[in-house]
Amino acid sequence: MTTTTLTGQNQGAGPNQAGLHARPGDRAGGRRPGFAAALRSEFTKIVSVRSTYWTLIAMIVACVGIGALFSYGHASQVLGATTQAQHQAALASARASALTGSLFGLLIGQLVIAVLGALTITSEYSTGMIRTTLTALPRRGRIYAAKAVVFAVVGLVTGLVVSFASFFTGQLILSGVHASVSLSQPGVLRAVIGGGLFLAVCGLLAFGLGGILRHTAGAITAAIGLLFVTWILSQFLPGPPSGWLGQADIDKWIPFNAGGAIWEHVSGLNMFSPWTGFAVFCGYAAVAVIGGLVVFLRRDA
Amino acid sequence: MIEARGLSKRYGGTLAVDNLSFAVQPGRVTGFLGPNGAGKTTTMRMILGLDRPTSGTVTVNGRPFTGLAAPMRDVGALLEAKAVHGGRSAYSHLLCLAQSNNLPRRRVGEALAMVGLSDVARKRSGNFSLGMGQRLGIAAALLGDPGIVMFDEPVNGLDPEGILWIRNLMKSLAAEGRTVFVSSHLMSEMENTADHLLVIGRGRLIADCSVAEFIAANSARSVRVRTPQPARLVRVAAADGGAVRDDGNGQLTVTGLDPARLGDLAFEHDIPLHELAPVSASLEQAFMDLTATAVEYRAGLPGDGTDETRRARTGALAGKAA
Repeated sequence: MTTTTLTGQNQGAGPNQAGLHARPGDRAGGRRPGFAAALRSEFTKIVSVRSTYWTLIAMIVACVGIGALFSYGHASQVLGATTQAQHQAALASARASALTGSLFGLLIGQLVIAVLGALTITSEYSTGMIRTTLTALPRRGRIYAAKAVVFAVVGLVTGLVVSFASFFTGQLILSGVHASVSLSQPGVLRAVIGGGLFLAVCGLLAFGLGGILRHTAGAITAAIGLLFVTWILSQFLPGPPSGWLGQADIDKWIPFNAGGAIWEHVSGLNMFSPWTGFAVFCGYAAVAVIGGLVVFLRRDA
Repeated sequence: MIEARGLSKRYGGTLAVDNLSFAVQPGRVTGFLGPNGAGKTTTMRMILGLDRPTSGTVTVNGRPFTGLAAPMRDVGALLEAKAVHGGRSAYSHLLCLAQSNNLPRRRVGEALAMVGLSDVARKRSGNFSLGMGQRLGIAAALLGDPGIVMFDEPVNGLDPEGILWIRNLMKSLAAEGRTVFVSSHLMSEMENTADHLLVIGRGRLIADCSVAEFIAANSARSVRVRTPQPARLVRVAAADGGAVRDDGNGQLTVTGLDPARLGDLAFEHDIPLHELAPVSASLEQAFMDLTATAVEYRAGLPGDGTDETRRARTGALAGKAA
């Protein structure tokens, strides 16, 4: 029995779909959806789950808290100095690290935003939501792009809030001992804005890994491995006077060092300049995001 | 209308869906019947573009699903009840879906009211019962007022009230002229809702016919007898063309003879019977038989009015209750 005969039969007789629905979905109204519709949808998704807020609050608290602790440490050394020489040394040290110390929480913040970035995509798989999402809108490239854009905007806005809040908190503490820096000093504004950019790109890197691995724990582990563990391992590489490939050659390519150049946490030799380092870091993230897109487009959901 | 042509899906070494061709017509409930693992869900996933066919094509209203600009207006689908982020409220869940298709916000409230979830709209869906989750999935499917609805095993795990609700919903959607395509592994469920059946087994289409025709051809085809003289009955039944299986303790299962004929035979040969009952093969069994002989049944099944079909139809009435 084949089915083709039935096709002809039913179109002439019986209730015809075209008759009842001149255009299917007419009763629902509305316009033909484009990319803006996908963006609105993804924005609703990210702001309608509590985990987003908890993650972002955790990031703000961790970053500002760690930066404040660092700044407090330096300030108390200045206050605790007993001799003039000690005081001068402590003050110089506090001033030298006033910027990077206040932003040092980003070391942990990057891990928190990575969790959110990975979850943005992997939670769809772990909950099964992806099937509903793709059934509502099967244009996969559009969904992936909308997710990436919405996450990037949320990540950047939060990243900037975190970076500026960390900076001002740290400087407030250091100003008590006259060791603070201001945004008008050379490179400072770039570093503070760069902190926000850095966090957003960290999140995107994890987002891409989430797209590739489609598994929350796996994506978070991979992101922490790339962002954090490579940096720790690089600390054990042999120093510059080595005939072999050593710290000097590899250090700057470590994701955290490359990306960190823009908020000046690095002081080692042969590091990238701020924007070059950031570009390298963006390159890593781009590889992950594009890899995630390829998987998203090609694999069965 | 949904049309599949030569649709196949291979996972590694197994062919989950094997060269399916069918058309699902508007205005009636089409049941998609098959044992677990027959390829129903895979077929539905291919219709929705979630899985890519290994070969063949499937179109929705003449176009591939992934080419639809606002698919929710054409197709509403419920694949799994809990394909939802549990941390999101029912309202937000439907809102993000509506937004992706530019459906007006009022549709969210309307869909929630339609399935009776208005009171829990702001509650997180992770705490929903299975029945509520199912209703939420149906609300999502109906959001775009689609001409085609697809439900995969919609009554699984529902209480009787929920089952009745879904049955009536599907019937009323079909009565409005929509295409309703619903899968199930339960024959009884299909009897109550479907007008037409697509039956698959091991990925292959083995029947495309009305529900009545399918029941007639596939139910109550064997007879259970108990007798103190099984050896004699075996000989007599076999001589009359029956196939006999000895179940032990004097119990035999006879296929190929209807209960009346078997009773008459026993009477003619003075064989005492302690039990004589038509047995409906379990649906799973029917599918396995069907799959094994898929080609024969595909040729003979759709209401061709042969003697065998008519005889089986009589037995079907008794078999239904089992």
